[in-house]
Amino acid sequence: MREALLLFFVVVSGTGGEICVTRAMKHVGEVKDFRPLAVARVILRAMKLPWMWIGISMMALAFFSLLAVLSIENVSFVVPVTALNYAAGALGGKLFLGERVTPRRWAGVLIVCIGVTLVWLGKR
Amino acid sequence: MTSRAGLHFKTYCMLLIMIVFAPLGNVMLGKGMKNVGAVVTWAPSELPHVVSRVFMSGYIWLGVASLLTFFVAYMLILSWADFSYVQPASSVALLVVALLGYFYLGERISPLHWAGIVVICLGVFVVGNTPPRTTEVH
Repeated sequence: MREALLLFFVVVSGTGGEICVTRAMKHVGEVKDFRPLAVARVILRAMKLPWMWIGISMMALAFFSLLAVLSIENVSFVVPVTALNYAAGALGGKLFLGERVTPRRWAGVLIVCIGVTLVWLGKR
Repeated sequence: MTSRAGLHFKTYCMLLIMIVFAPLGNVMLGKGMKNVGAVVTWAPSELPHVVSRVFMSGYIWLGVASLLTFFVAYMLILSWADFSYVQPASSVALLVVALLGYFYLGERISPLHWAGIVVICLGVFVVGNTPPRTTEVH
């Protein structure tokens, strides 16, 4: 039960955080210059946006939940289960970012969910 | 204007960095937390003790450094590619994590568990062949 609660935080808070970071990075614009100084400037510009900080806070919560669950479960169980991010990500991308999620993507997400179920059942 | 081939090339470069550093980071964190021991109490008086043990572990710092590298690549790729494309495409990392867990950490993985991981990767393959951007560039 405890690991289920922690995994819930890892998935929901992690995905929420990534959606906020995406929102910030889309606002910053497409990165075309990959020189270190230019990349640093992009990161600094992103850090001025509230969405980036909300995203980082949510990802920090997900990170500490991940540390806690890794202290009681194997990494080969925990990380595949966090693939539930893909379901939450497709849903969040569609609802909050206006991305068009094709039927093919939904089918892939469904297969991922079946895989996560098998991993959960195969734990013991 | 970025060409389609150029867009795909830089997308795949960033995905490669993500696929290497995310599993490495997770495995290091897993090893570090196993050394720290199970976090069984959430009492405020115990938390500083737990946190200090966590951040005294070299494996945790290696894991954090790897995940930071992953995160920078992730931020860059998200500036041009869809979130719902990048996230599934990077999940090849899940198979790498399982392999590292099995061979490096000596974790026991049942056949059903392996089957689940393979099914997840199959799902990723289905998702991965969709276009990287479906929204307009601002």
